[in-house]
Amino acid sequence: MVRYFSIILTLLVVLIVSIAGLRGCKTKRPPIEIFPDMVRQDKVKSQVPSDFFADGRGNRQPVVGTVPLGYAAPSSSKMSSADGSDSVMGGAYNAVIFSGSEGYADTGKVGTNWGTGIPFPVTKETLERGHDRYEIQCAVCHGSTGTGNGIATKYGLVGVANLQQQRLRDMTDGEIYNTVANGKNTMLGYGGVIQVPDRWAIVAYVRALQRSQNATLNDVPDAERASFQPTNAPVTTPAPSKP
Amino acid sequence: MSNFFPRWANWVPLQLLVCVLLAGAPVTLGIWYYFTPKYTRVGYQPDQPVPFSHALHVKQLGMDCRYCHSFVEVAGHSNLPNTQTCINCHGEGKILGNSPRLAPVRESWKTGQPIPWVQIHRLPDYAYFNHAVHVNRGVSCYSCHGKINEMAQVYEAQSLSMKWCLDCHRSPENFLRPPSEVFNMDWHPASDTEQREMGLKFKADWKINPPVNCGGCHR
Repeated sequence: MVRYFSIILTLLVVLIVSIAGLRGCKTKRPPIEIFPDMVRQDKVKSQVPSDFFADGRGNRQPVVGTVPLGYAAPSSSKMSSADGSDSVMGGAYNAVIFSGSEGYADTGKVGTNWGTGIPFPVTKETLERGHDRYEIQCAVCHGSTGTGNGIATKYGLVGVANLQQQRLRDMTDGEIYNTVANGKNTMLGYGGVIQVPDRWAIVAYVRALQRSQNATLNDVPDAERASFQPTNAPVTTPAPSKP
Repeated sequence: MSNFFPRWANWVPLQLLVCVLLAGAPVTLGIWYYFTPKYTRVGYQPDQPVPFSHALHVKQLGMDCRYCHSFVEVAGHSNLPNTQTCINCHGEGKILGNSPRLAPVRESWKTGQPIPWVQIHRLPDYAYFNHAVHVNRGVSCYSCHGKINEMAQVYEAQSLSMKWCLDCHRSPENFLRPPSEVFNMDWHPASDTEQREMGLKFKADWKINPPVNCGGCHR
């Protein structure tokens, strides 16, 4: 009896191990939760579906005509459009725009024209923050030096702007800000993922990049000028003639 | 009446005892081995609606985690990217703009319905984890998500059990890294002793005192 039992037991162990597998094996089976009562509560967490709402989303869109917490209320002139319909208000607050006011810092515009200047103090920290954000969000397409040769262009993304070209050097800060926030041509807006101070930090960093690529020796502080002489020398002499 | 039971029946109680003892070992071992998130959670690798590869985007292209998980530094919840983030590069006329594998992305962009990504790392609803406080204090993505930059299809690398959380909360010096390397999945300390020395320094500098009381995570 003990012998038969041992054989059955061994077979059973082999069977279980072969079905259940070992720890860490890749599996498509969702994790087992034996008593999920409090583990899965009837509450809405971020970015999860919910049966409670008709469209099945836990996260809700802002109700049309309301202002999210922390956002400025629309100015009275915007509350009603010229023909008396509320389409202007509905249009403006249909989507989360991440910034509420209509001032220069939020729109890049002074009146109806693009403004210029960074509406936040530009310090070394600002530029470093701008560098950080630029590398995360912008360098993928525009490249680390802004010449429009980011990694995405190697995989077939076309129409990426070269931030070093004269047109973009001459562009106002406000328009660059608006491009970061709302996009331009084939570039979609990054306003949804980059907050207002960071957008301006990026503008400041883009200005720094533009300067860095067109800098002359005179832009270098006296103390450090000597260290640039050797590497700068070939640039100042005419390049070898090409056929 | 005296021969009602055969002689071998005298051995039955002893044999039963041996069988129970024999069975006890594998049952104990089985429960120890299988009844743990190390088995139930680790390795969970569901199919996603779009075969997005972290290995391609992070390892090969060198993209930063925060290009997509844009609010991980400021929010408790590390967001999945919205559809627009994919469309930035994969819109029609852009990279793989007609690929059938990206059809759900284009569909979502057209209809406004979210892409039904399958959540892999699910904490119990009574445990409150905050991504921002961890990544802002030198806990790398790597510590919890493993070598995600090498995963063509994401799987759960760590058990996320309470003991596993407490291992780090009790000795954070074994995991803390320089803030500049938090999002660098390829950075590893040269040795365990270096990690410890560095970690102890960060722990003192940043006054890191992770909660180990119940209310720290179960509020």
